[in-house]
Amino acid sequence: MNVPSSASAQPQMVVVGAGPAGVRAAQTLLRHGVRPVIIDEAPLPGGQIYRQSLVPRGSARQRYGFEHKRAAALHAAGAQLRGQADYRARTAVWNATPGHLDLVRDGDLDGLRYSHLLIATGATDRVLPFPGWTLPGVFSLGGAQIALKGQHCLLGPRIVFAGTGPLLYLVAYQYARAGGQVQAVLDSAPLAAQASALPALLNQPGTLAKGLYYLGWLRAHGVPVHHSANLLATHGTSRVDGVRARIGGAERDFACDALAVGHGLRAETQLADLLDCAFDFDVAQRAWLPQRDADGRSTVAGVYLAGDGAGIGGAMLAELSGERSALAMLADCGIRVDAPRLRWLARRQAALARFRQGLDRAFPLPGTDAGCDDGVMVCRCEEVRAGELRAAARQYAVDDLNRLKALTRIGMGLCQGRMCQSGAAELLADCRRIPLSAVGRMRGQAPVKPLPFAVLGKDPS
Amino acid sequence: MTALLRRVAPLAGPALRLTWNGQPIAAQPGDTVLTALLLAGDRLRTTLGAGAPRAGFCLMGACQDCWVHLSSGQRVRACSTLAEDGMALVDTLPGECP
Repeated sequence: MNVPSSASAQPQMVVVGAGPAGVRAAQTLLRHGVRPVIIDEAPLPGGQIYRQSLVPRGSARQRYGFEHKRAAALHAAGAQLRGQADYRARTAVWNATPGHLDLVRDGDLDGLRYSHLLIATGATDRVLPFPGWTLPGVFSLGGAQIALKGQHCLLGPRIVFAGTGPLLYLVAYQYARAGGQVQAVLDSAPLAAQASALPALLNQPGTLAKGLYYLGWLRAHGVPVHHSANLLATHGTSRVDGVRARIGGAERDFACDALAVGHGLRAETQLADLLDCAFDFDVAQRAWLPQRDADGRSTVAGVYLAGDGAGIGGAMLAELSGERSALAMLADCGIRVDAPRLRWLARRQAALARFRQGLDRAFPLPGTDAGCDDGVMVCRCEEVRAGELRAAARQYAVDDLNRLKALTRIGMGLCQGRMCQSGAAELLADCRRIPLSAVGRMRGQAPVKPLPFAVLGKDPS
Repeated sequence: MTALLRRVAPLAGPALRLTWNGQPIAAQPGDTVLTALLLAGDRLRTTLGAGAPRAGFCLMGACQDCWVHLSSGQRVRACSTLAEDGMALVDTLPGECP
């Protein structure tokens, strides 16, 4: 309905994001004779998981661990795209309207028409607020990994890893291997959850074995790993110098110079939202996600979704969903696609999805923590505290996250709610004693990425 | 004050020379501004509201917590800007509330 009829005659296919999903999608389009435009914020393809530096440091094994061959394969595919497609690096999409994207690159504005758009915008860490999470020395788990794989630097020297998810063990292992002084791994998931997830995890024995290897390596090298460990607070006033956690029934302190924390991942869904795609609430991911059919079609004609930006599935699933969405884009243009390949993709996706369900069971996303007292900063940008949110919610009987945003400015800052939305939704649902799904989601607002003041008033042509 | 970052292995080669609030700091080609600043220290800016110190958070251009300024007035996101020789970086511009 939003695809202009003239567009079907001359398709303009655009892929946003050059991570595992976007690269495989664009490669698939090229293979079928379509030259796509690829928009990516980074200087080089790879996404966050296979992030490439202009000046690579350390070995590929150090940067990408067991996945270094997979990373190399994706980088090779990305290099081919840079040669053969219209590849626009260091470019961000700041607004999307039907058939049109607004771009910014190096402070210059640009516009781009599309007939078929694939949104493969990936994910960021989901971090719930806790006392002291804005202190220098506290970083997201993904950020801690980027310091190592992108810059070959370690946060610390003494560092604690907290939160949950498979990435927790991987990054702790990578830090310890590189000489980081890992003081503890504090996993909020109970050990029983990981045991009960084993049957589903055995769908991918190789991946399961890697996860167990990281855990075993950490234990063998004397790194304390605690399950059912809830981060309560940080110590330190101008910088983190320790953390307190509740482990089982007891509270324990760990001295450290840095803390890396991640409570799972959250999908980057702003563009789907701006384009009015319908969303569904996902119970396991505790988030609203754009609806899509098995081939990656959103509810808006001409708009497709793939990879973690459509819902967290991991890098392997992202590669498959990227390819499958590209095949749907082609088929929708009347271009013949390989049916056996499509069936193979569907089978692989189904197996990985079962594994993903196991991961969701092994590392259940924590919800509201009782430790989020009124003084805790929830919105890092606008500096809105939990107490202000609760007071507004009670005074005006607010059940909707957007109404709370209007009243308190939460989520109105430069990050556009990326860092605070998960925590604010959990807090509002808890405060009003309503289901998390009932508070809704913060609606995307352009610009979804900050624009330098200097570009305002410039002619976008 | 202990720096927040340290290198896994020292890098050889001539260093880039930058300044941070007027003080000289060194960097290597390929370092981001954030890396250069946190190899030498433990904060990037002070928030306008609460006056609280910040040192970045996500390192992937999403959280917007690591903005610093070039002395020319241009605002740069430290985690996604490469350090360049001669850069004069400041946390607060003249006339701006600290």
